[in-house]
Amino acid sequence: MTATEAPGTGTPAAEIGRRRVRKEDTRLVTGQTNWTDNIRLPGMLHVSFLRSPFAHARINSVDVSAARETPGVFAAFAGADFAAEQGALPCAWPVTEDIVIPEHPPMAVDEVRYVGEIVACVVARDRYAAADALDAIDVDYEPLPPVLDMTEALKEGSPTVHAAGNKSFDWVFSGGDLDEAFRDAPVVIERTFRQQRLIPSAMEPRAVVCAAVGDEYTMWSATQIPHILRLMLAMVTGIPEQNIRVIAPDVGGGFGSKLQVTAEEVLTLLLARRLGKPVKWTESRSEGNMAVHHGRDQIQRLRLAADRDGRLRGLSVDLLADMGAYLMLVTPGVPLLGAFMFNAIYKMDAYSFKCTGVFTTKTPTDAYRGAGRPEATFGIERMMDELAVELDMDPLAVREKNWIRHEEFPFTTIAGLTYDSGNYEAATAKAREIFRYDELRKEQIERRAAGSPVQLGLGVSTYTEMCGLAPSRVLGSLSYGAGGWESASVRMLPTGKVEVVTGSSAHGQGHETAWSQIVADKLGVPFEDVRVLHGDTQVSPKGMDTYGSRSLTVGGVAVVGACAKVIDKAKVIAAAMLEASPDDLEWSPGRWSVRGDPEQGKTIAEIALATFAAHNLPDGVEPSLDSDATYDPDNFSFPHGTHLCATEVDTETGQVTIRSYVAVDDVGTVVNPLIVDGQVHGGIAQGIGQALFEEAAYDADGNLVTTTMADYLLPSAADLPVFQTGRTETPATSNPLGVKGVGEAGTIASTPAVVNAVIDALRPLGVRDVAMPCTPERVWRAIELARSGRSPDSGEAPSAAPAAAPASASGPTAESGQAQVSNPTGGAQ
Amino acid sequence: MNHITVNVDGVTYSDDVEPRMLLVHYLREVAGRTGTPIGCDTSNCGACTVLMSGADGQARSVKSCSMLAVQADGTRITTIEGLANGEWHPLQKAFREEHALQCGYCTPGMIMAAVDLLQENPQPTQQEVRDGLEGNLCRCTGYQNIVRAVQRAGREMAGQPAGEPGGSGERQQAGAAS
Repeated sequence: MTATEAPGTGTPAAEIGRRRVRKEDTRLVTGQTNWTDNIRLPGMLHVSFLRSPFAHARINSVDVSAARETPGVFAAFAGADFAAEQGALPCAWPVTEDIVIPEHPPMAVDEVRYVGEIVACVVARDRYAAADALDAIDVDYEPLPPVLDMTEALKEGSPTVHAAGNKSFDWVFSGGDLDEAFRDAPVVIERTFRQQRLIPSAMEPRAVVCAAVGDEYTMWSATQIPHILRLMLAMVTGIPEQNIRVIAPDVGGGFGSKLQVTAEEVLTLLLARRLGKPVKWTESRSEGNMAVHHGRDQIQRLRLAADRDGRLRGLSVDLLADMGAYLMLVTPGVPLLGAFMFNAIYKMDAYSFKCTGVFTTKTPTDAYRGAGRPEATFGIERMMDELAVELDMDPLAVREKNWIRHEEFPFTTIAGLTYDSGNYEAATAKAREIFRYDELRKEQIERRAAGSPVQLGLGVSTYTEMCGLAPSRVLGSLSYGAGGWESASVRMLPTGKVEVVTGSSAHGQGHETAWSQIVADKLGVPFEDVRVLHGDTQVSPKGMDTYGSRSLTVGGVAVVGACAKVIDKAKVIAAAMLEASPDDLEWSPGRWSVRGDPEQGKTIAEIALATFAAHNLPDGVEPSLDSDATYDPDNFSFPHGTHLCATEVDTETGQVTIRSYVAVDDVGTVVNPLIVDGQVHGGIAQGIGQALFEEAAYDADGNLVTTTMADYLLPSAADLPVFQTGRTETPATSNPLGVKGVGEAGTIASTPAVVNAVIDALRPLGVRDVAMPCTPERVWRAIELARSGRSPDSGEAPSAAPAAAPASASGPTAESGQAQVSNPTGGAQ
Repeated sequence: MNHITVNVDGVTYSDDVEPRMLLVHYLREVAGRTGTPIGCDTSNCGACTVLMSGADGQARSVKSCSMLAVQADGTRITTIEGLANGEWHPLQKAFREEHALQCGYCTPGMIMAAVDLLQENPQPTQQEVRDGLEGNLCRCTGYQNIVRAVQRAGREMAGQPAGEPGGSGERQQAGAAS
C-alpha cells in the first residue's frame, strides 16, 4: 500500500497541511462516545458531596448519622472521618521560597473557606438516593467574616482567610532600568484594569469513576491530565503509583478547568478503597460553577512611559492576583505566565513586573484558556490604545513604531525570552486589508460628525504568546514541580499498520487526526492506517498531557522523533532483505530502496512483516521496529497575529454589536487547516465571552450568584459574528515541524480587540474605560457618567487606586464593580 | 412508581419509573442511550436535546433534562443514536465535513435541535440558524462551522449540491500566504 497520491504525480500527497476531516467525529456525531458519566460498573455506587453554604465558617460539628439511615445509603462521611488518610490537595508550583501554601484537605475538617467547599459525602445505591441523603446531614457552622476584596484583604487588620494571612506571595521580575525609562519621560500613561473572574465552563461537567480491586485502583476521570493525576494521586494518598491506573476516556472540553487534581478525584479514590466497591461521582452544572476552579481575576496597575513620537521607554506592571481560598495545582504560576508577555511584541528599554498572590474566600482560581497570557495581552493592548489616543496616533501606527521587525528575529525581549520568528508586518497588513480598515475609519469619522446614536468603534490587538509549555529547564528555573517534555511511541504492526501512542491527552483538539497526518507523512503510510492511542496510563504510560498549546509543539514533535527511529531501525532490516549495505539505501516516503536502483526496495509494510517473522534478521538486530521518543523543547514557540474588531455601540441603550471581526494568525506550519480554523473560532468566541458577557459574581456575603448557565452567560450562536480568518505562515525555527500552537491564540487576542473597539466607539463621549464584561448596563452607565462630567474616581471609589497619576496621564480608572469612565476631556482620536 | 411505555430509537420500552425521574436520566440509565449527554441542570445548554413525537406524530426537539420520564409515556423518541437510517443523517455528515464539533459534547443536542430547525425551515439563512440554535450552547467552536454545517445539510436534504467542503455560505477567508 502507498499513501494517498497527489493527482498526476505518482508521489504521495503531503498530509501535513491537508484539510482532513477528523477521525474522532465518527463516534462523536453518532452518540457512540465514552464520557466518564456513561461508565457503569457492576455494583457501582454513587457519591454526592455536601458543600459549604458559607464563604467562611468554622465547622463545630458534622452529624452524618441520619444520612446513613436513609434508604439506599451505604455510607456517609464527614471530613474528620478521612482526616488521617486524605492528605492535602497539591500545589505543584511554589513560585517563591517563602510562598504561603495553606493546607488543603479534600474534605474540610475544621473550617470552610469558600461556598462550595466539600464538608461531607454520601455513598448510595443511585444518584437520587445519594442526593436525597445530603439533606439529612447536620452541620453546625460558626460563620466567620468573608474576605472578598483583594485590596481590603491586604490591609492591616483585615479578616484573614488563613492563619498565615491573606498574602500568598510576592513575585518580582525586571529587565532594564525602569527609573531611567520613566525619568523625564514625555508621556506617562497610568491605568488600572480589572480582569474579572471567569468560569471555564467546559460543556462536559466533571465526572469520576473509581474501581478498587485488591490493592489496584482504576480511575476514569474527565481530566486533561491522566498522567499528572496518577502521579499526584499516588503522592497525596500514599497508594503506590504502580497500583493506580488513570483513564481519561472521551473528555468534553477542558480549557484548563480539567488541568487539576481535584478533591472529588481524591475522595472518590478513597471511598472506593474504603468501601471496596466501584464509586462514581458526576457533577451538576450548578455544583461545578462553584467547585471547578475559576480563571483570571486580577487587578492590573500599569504604567507606561513613552517618547512623544510613540516609542516605548518602559512598562511597569503591578498585579494583584486572586488565588481564591487555596492554591490548586498551578494557581500561583498562572499570573507568572503573563510576566513574560506584558511586553508582548514590543521593544522597550525597561520593564518591571510584580505580582502579589492574594487569598480570598472564593473558589480557587487556576489555569483557564491562555492562563496569564490573555491577562497580559489585554493589559498591554489596552495601554497601546491609550498611548495612541494620548499621542493622537493611529493605534496600528503606534504598534508598528514599537514592534520587533521581521528582520530583527531572533530577538531577545526585555523580559528575557528569545522570540525565534515572526512577521508582524505581514499579519497586520493582511488583517488590515481583509478588515477594510481605512474604509471603516472613514465611516467612523462620518458617524461621529453626524452625531449618530450608534457609534462605530475599531479595536486592535496585535498579540504574541508563549506556547509549547515548556522547556524543562525553564520550568525548573520558575520552581515548577515537573518538566515540560512529551513522550511518543510508534508501533509497527505486522500488517504494516501503525499504532501511535502519545502522552498528550486530547479532549476535543483532534490529536487522533493530526497525529495520523504527521505519521502518514513521516513513515509514508496511508492516513487511514494510523491509529492514535492516548489518555490511559496503562496504554500510554508516560506523558505530560494537554494544556498550554503544547500538544503539537511538544507532543507532535515527539511523534516525529519516534518515526525517525522507526525509519532508522527499518533501514538495517531492509538492507538485509535487499542484501545491500545500509549505507547504500535511501529513504523515500514509505520505502527504503537501493540508491540509484529504485526498483530494488522494500516498503515499510514489507519490512514490518519481515521484522515480525524475524526469520532472517542480521545478528544482534532486535525483531522490532517500535520506537519511543521524548521531546523536550529548547524554547517556547511564539504564535502571533493581528485581530481587528469593529463594534457598533448604541449610545442610548449601551448595546454592543460586533459588526465584523478579522483574525490573521501566524501559528507556523499548519498540519490541518480545518482544525486550526476551528481552534481560532472557538478561541475568539471565548475571548469575546470575557469582553462582553461573562463574569463570576459574588454577593456581599461571598455567595457565588452565577451558579447556573442562566446567570453566567456563555455566548450563544446568536451573540457572535462571523469570524473572517486569514493566516500568514512563518515557521517556527525552534522545532522540526515549524509549528507554534494554536489552542489559546484566539482567546488571548480577542478580548482586548473587542474592548478596544467598544471604547474607541465611545471616545468622543469622553469614555475612557469600561470594565469587563461590557454589558449594556455598564456601557450605558459609562456613557452617562461621562456625559455628567463626573470622574468615576469621585464617585464609587476604586478599591485599589494606584498612586497619584503623573500629570501627563488622565488619572486612574476604577477597576471594580461598576462602570467606569474617564475624565471627559480625554480626547477623541 | 409509575408505569410508562416509550419507544426510543425504534425499540419499545415498558418500565416502572419514579415520578421524579428526569427523562434524560431515563434515556441514559434505564434505556442505556448514553449518546445523549447532560450539560447543565437549568435547561440552558441543550446538550440533552432529543426528538419526541406525541399524539400528532410530529417530531419536535425537547430538552430531555427539563421533562420527566413520566411525561414521555406514549411517545416516540429519537436520540442521536437512532438518527442514522442505514447511512448517516445529512446533519451528521455535514457536522463532520464542516468541522462543526471539537470535543463533541454539545453535538448530539446540537444536531437534534438542528433536525427540528430544518424541518421548520429547510433553507435557513445563517442568521436564522444562529437564532434557531440559540438554546444550544457550544464552548469549543464559536458556532461558525455549526452554522455552515446546518446550512450544508439543509441544501443536501433539499437535493441541492452540498458544496465543496467549506466552500459555501459564509465562506471565510482562510488560506496561507507564506
